[in-house]
Amino acid sequence: MSIDLDAWEIVVGLEVHTELLTRTKLFSSAINEFGGEPNTHIDPLTLGLPGSLPVLNEQAVELAIRVGLALNCEVQRSVFARKNYFYPDLPKDYQISQFDLPICAEGSLELPNGKVVGIERAHLEEDTGKSTHVGGGGRIHDAQHSLVDYNRAGVPLLEIVGKPDLRSAEDARAYVAELRSILVAVGASDGKLEEGSMRVDCNVSVRRRGDAELGTRCEIKNVNSLRSLGRAIEYEAARQVDLIESGERVRQQTRHWNEDDGRTHTLRTKEEADDYRYFTEPDLVEIDPGPEWIERVRAVLPMLPAARRHRLSTETGVPLERVALVVERGLDELCLAAIAEGADPERTVTHAEHNLSDAKAADLDPAKFAALVQLETGGELTATQAKTVLAEMVETGGAPADIAAAKGFEAMESGELEGIVDGLIAAHPEEWQRYCEGDGKITGFFVGGVMKATGGKADGKAVTALLQARKG
Amino acid sequence: MAERITTEDVTKVANLARLALTPDELETFTGQLAEILEHADDIAALDLAGVEPMARPLPLVNVFRADEPGTPLDRDEVLACAPVSEDGQFRVPPVLGEAP
Amino acid sequence: MSFADALSIAASVRAGDRTATEVLEEHLGRIAERETEIHAFNLVTEQDARATAAAVDAAVAAGNDPGPLAGVPVAIKDNLCTRGVPTTCSSKILEGWRPPYDATVVQRLAAAGAVAVGKTNLDEFAMGSSTENSAFGPTRNPHDTSRVPGGSSGGSAAAVAAGFAPISLGSDTGGSIRQPAALCGVVGVKPTYGLVSRLGLVAFGSSLDQVGPFAHTVADAALVCEVVGGHDAGDSTSIPGDFPAVTEHLSDGVSGLRVGIVTEMMGEGIAPDVAARVRAAAAALAAAGATVEEVSVPAVTFGLSAYYLVAPAEASSNLSRYDGVRFGNRIEAATTGEMMTATRTAGFGDEVKRRIMLGTFVLSAGYFDAFYGTAQKVRTLMRQDFDAAYEQFDVLISPTSPTTAFAIGDKTADPMTMYLNDICTIPTNLAGHAAMSVPFGTGDDGLPVGVQVLAPALGEIPMFRAAAVLEAAALAEGGAK
Repeated sequence: MSIDLDAWEIVVGLEVHTELLTRTKLFSSAINEFGGEPNTHIDPLTLGLPGSLPVLNEQAVELAIRVGLALNCEVQRSVFARKNYFYPDLPKDYQISQFDLPICAEGSLELPNGKVVGIERAHLEEDTGKSTHVGGGGRIHDAQHSLVDYNRAGVPLLEIVGKPDLRSAEDARAYVAELRSILVAVGASDGKLEEGSMRVDCNVSVRRRGDAELGTRCEIKNVNSLRSLGRAIEYEAARQVDLIESGERVRQQTRHWNEDDGRTHTLRTKEEADDYRYFTEPDLVEIDPGPEWIERVRAVLPMLPAARRHRLSTETGVPLERVALVVERGLDELCLAAIAEGADPERTVTHAEHNLSDAKAADLDPAKFAALVQLETGGELTATQAKTVLAEMVETGGAPADIAAAKGFEAMESGELEGIVDGLIAAHPEEWQRYCEGDGKITGFFVGGVMKATGGKADGKAVTALLQARKG
Repeated sequence: MAERITTEDVTKVANLARLALTPDELETFTGQLAEILEHADDIAALDLAGVEPMARPLPLVNVFRADEPGTPLDRDEVLACAPVSEDGQFRVPPVLGEAP
Repeated sequence: MSFADALSIAASVRAGDRTATEVLEEHLGRIAERETEIHAFNLVTEQDARATAAAVDAAVAAGNDPGPLAGVPVAIKDNLCTRGVPTTCSSKILEGWRPPYDATVVQRLAAAGAVAVGKTNLDEFAMGSSTENSAFGPTRNPHDTSRVPGGSSGGSAAAVAAGFAPISLGSDTGGSIRQPAALCGVVGVKPTYGLVSRLGLVAFGSSLDQVGPFAHTVADAALVCEVVGGHDAGDSTSIPGDFPAVTEHLSDGVSGLRVGIVTEMMGEGIAPDVAARVRAAAAALAAAGATVEEVSVPAVTFGLSAYYLVAPAEASSNLSRYDGVRFGNRIEAATTGEMMTATRTAGFGDEVKRRIMLGTFVLSAGYFDAFYGTAQKVRTLMRQDFDAAYEQFDVLISPTSPTTAFAIGDKTADPMTMYLNDICTIPTNLAGHAAMSVPFGTGDDGLPVGVQVLAPALGEIPMFRAAAVLEAAALAEGGAK
C-alpha cells in the first residue's frame, strides 16, 4: 500500500511516555530499576495495600521541570488526579495521574530539519506493573493464566503529548529521535525505546489536501522502535486512505501494531467511551514549583540539541542537516574544540559525520584530532590514511603522527605517483585504450594497480585525477 | 434538579464498580440510591456561582520526599497473604482485553 | 461503671506500684467476662499483649521509662494496620489479611508503652452509624445490650465503656468516633484534619478521615492525641509540627471563652431530652465564666447532602483495590474480570456496595459537576460559614447525636434514616475542623448523652478547655440528669 501524497495528507500526533531516571518510585521509596527478581521492588504503596499513602518524589518533579523547560513549556501549578479503572497490573485499581492541571503546558520542539512541533502538555503519572501470560504461546487472549509482577508499578512516568503537527512518518521519527535526545540531554530518561523506558502511542489520521478539518484518528500502540514507528504510520495512513477511497469511514479506534505482519490490528473500538471518573487525588497536595525553583532548574539546564546544531552549523558553515548526526553523537563539543586548535571546520565535521560512529569517539583529545585534520589538509596524509589513523586514535588514544609513522604512512612525492601511473599505462595498453574510450569499470584496475604498487599509500582521488589528466 | 436515577444507570454503575446485582438487588439499590440523591436536591438548588470547589481541607503545597530508597517489603510475607501466587508473582485467571 | 483511667495506670506502672502484666490481666479478665455479650472485638491479641506487657515490666525493672502510656491497655479499631495481626475492616473481603506494616498511630502507641489488646469491631470499612454493618456481627452497647453502640467505631467505644481497655483508637469520617462515644458515654475526639497521620488507616473518604481516641476522661483523650498526633512524613496531608499542647491547658478553665450554640443543630430532628442536655452544658460553661450565645451556621443543614456525595465518591475509588489479586479473599472465576466481580460481589456487604455504586455514579461522566462538583463547593460554603462563626466564638457546642442509643435493628431497613444520625457530626469533617464528644449526663431513657464541642482547624486547645469544664460539671452533677 502506498498513498498518493499529492492527494492526501497524513496527520500525526504523538504521545510519548518516558520513565524518569529517579532512584525511587514516584510516590514511594521502592527502587526504580529495570528488571530485577519479580516483586522485589515493592512496598505497601507499590502493591496498593490498604492503608498505604503516596508521598511525591521531589526528584521526579525536578526532572519534569527540566523536560518542561527544555520543551519551552509553561511550568505551572499542578494537581494529581485519580484515573479509575480495573486492571490486574494496576495495584490500586486507579492510576495517580494529572488531568486538568498538568505540570507542563504549551511548549514546542524543533526538528533537525527546522520544523517546529507543538507540545500540548507533559504530565506526571505512575507506571503499571507487568503481566506475563502463561500458556497459549504467551498471547493474552489464549493464556491459561497470567502472573503479575509489580516491580515497575509506581515508576515515575512523564507523558508528553504532542500536537497533531506532524505530516509524515519521517517527521514522526525525527520527532521521537529529537525528543529522546532532549530527554537524555537533561538527564530525565535513558531513552531506551526497545526496553520500554520510552513508549510511543501515535494518533494517525488522513485528510484530502486542502481540507481544513482533521480526519477521524486511530491511536496505535505497541510501537517499540523508530523503524516500526515509521512503518506503522505508513501502514495505518494507507489503510485509512483505502477505507475512505472505497467509500467507508474511519472509525475511532485503538489499534495494535504487529511488527511481524507489519499491520495494525483493532484493539477495541471506542464506541462506549471509557469512564475513568477522574477526581482530584485527596492523598496528595498541589505542586507549585514557583519562579525560584523554575529559574534554578533553568540555570543548570545543559545546551539542548537544537541550540547545539545551530551553534555548530553557524561556527563551521556546514549546513544544519549535516550537523544533526554529529550533535546526536555528542561530538559537537569535540569538533568545536578541534577547530579552536586550528583544524579545518569542514574536514573536522566531515570526520565526525562519517568516521566517528564509535561511542569512544567522544573521548578523543581535541588537540590530537586537530593535529590529524591538519596532517590531512597539509597533504601529509591522504583521506583514506587519515580515516585509518583516526580509527586507531579512537582505539588507543595515540598521537596521529606516531600512528601514521608506525603504519608507514608518508606523503608521496607527486612525481613518484606520476611515475607509477605512467608505468602502469605503458604496461597495459589494451586496458588504457578501454579507459580512454570511456569504460568506467576499468578505472578500478588502474587505481588498484597503483595501490598495490604503493602499499596503499596513494590517495585514490589523486590517482583518478591523474588518469583523467593523462587521458587529456 | 437531576433526573431520577434508573435501573439502567445502576446497572452501568455496578459494571463500572465490578459488582454483580440480582434483579431484586437492582430494584432495591436503585430505590435507595434515588432517595439519597433526591436528598441532595437541596444543594443542587443552591446558587454556587463563584464558589470554589474544595477538594481537600488543607492548603498545603509542595509536600515531597527525598529520592532515597527505603526498605522493601519481604516478598514472601506479602505473597503469603496473596490469594494465589506462583514463582514469586501474583497469579490471576486469564486477562481479557488490554489495559486502556 | 467506673474504671481506672490511663493516666493513673501509667503513673502507677512507671512508679513500679503496679505491673503492666497485672493491669493487662485485670482487663483481660473483664473481656473474658463480657466480650461474648458485647462483641467489641474482632480479635483479642492476648498472647502479643502479654509479651508487650512483660516487656514494659522489664523496662521498668531495668530503670527505664517505657513512656507516657506505660502499661496502658489499648484497643485498636480494626481498620488500622497492625503488622502480622489480621486487619479485616469487618469485611469478608479482607478476612485473614495480615498487613506487613503498622499504622503510624499504632507504632506511636507502642513507642509510648501502651499494650495493644485487640482489634475492635466496626461497620464494614467504617461505613455506618451503628456497627451493625459488620460482617462479623454487631457490637452491643455496654449500657444496654439491646441497643447499638453507635458507629462506625462502635467496637472501640464499647471496649472503653465496658472496661476492656481504658483507651482505644477509632477513625472518624462523618462522626464515627464522636457518635459512638456519645452513645457509649465516653469521650471521643476527632482532631483537625491533618493532625493525626492516616498512614496505615484503611481509607474510606480520604479527604474526611481522621484517627482519634476514645477514653474515660478528657485528660486521657488529650494525652493520646499528643502521643499519636503530630507530623508524619509518610502522610502528605499531615500538618507540620506537633499536636497542639492540649494536656498543658486542661485546667485553664473557660473564663472569657466565647461559646456558640449552633442553632441549626438544636431544632428539627434533635430529641428534646438531648437538646436539653446541650442547654445544660451551655449553662455549665456560662457558670464557669464563658460567654454563651446562639449562633447560626446556615451551611450545616447541607452537610448531609454534601457528605453523601463526597464520602462515597472517594470510597468508590479507595475500595477498588479489593479485587482479589494481591491480598484478601478471592472467588475464582474463568477470567480476571469475572474473578474481580465475583470477589467484590461476595466480599462486600450491602452498605459498602450501596456507597461504592453511589460514589461511582456521582463521579461518572455527565453527573460529575451536578453532584461531586456541587458537593465540593458546599464544602467551601461550610468552611466559610464556620469561619464566620469562629470570628465571634472560640468554640461551638451542639448535640453529638440527635438521640441516645437506639435499638439494634431499628434503623437498618432504611439507609437514609441511619444517615440522619450524623447530621451534627458531618459538618466538621467536611470543613476539616476539630470536634469532640463529652459525656454529659443521660437522656430520658437513662442512656448517655454526648455534648459535641466544635473548634476551628487547630482549635484543639480551647476545645479541650471547654471539654474539661463540661466533664467537671457532669461529675459535679453526680452523673445525674
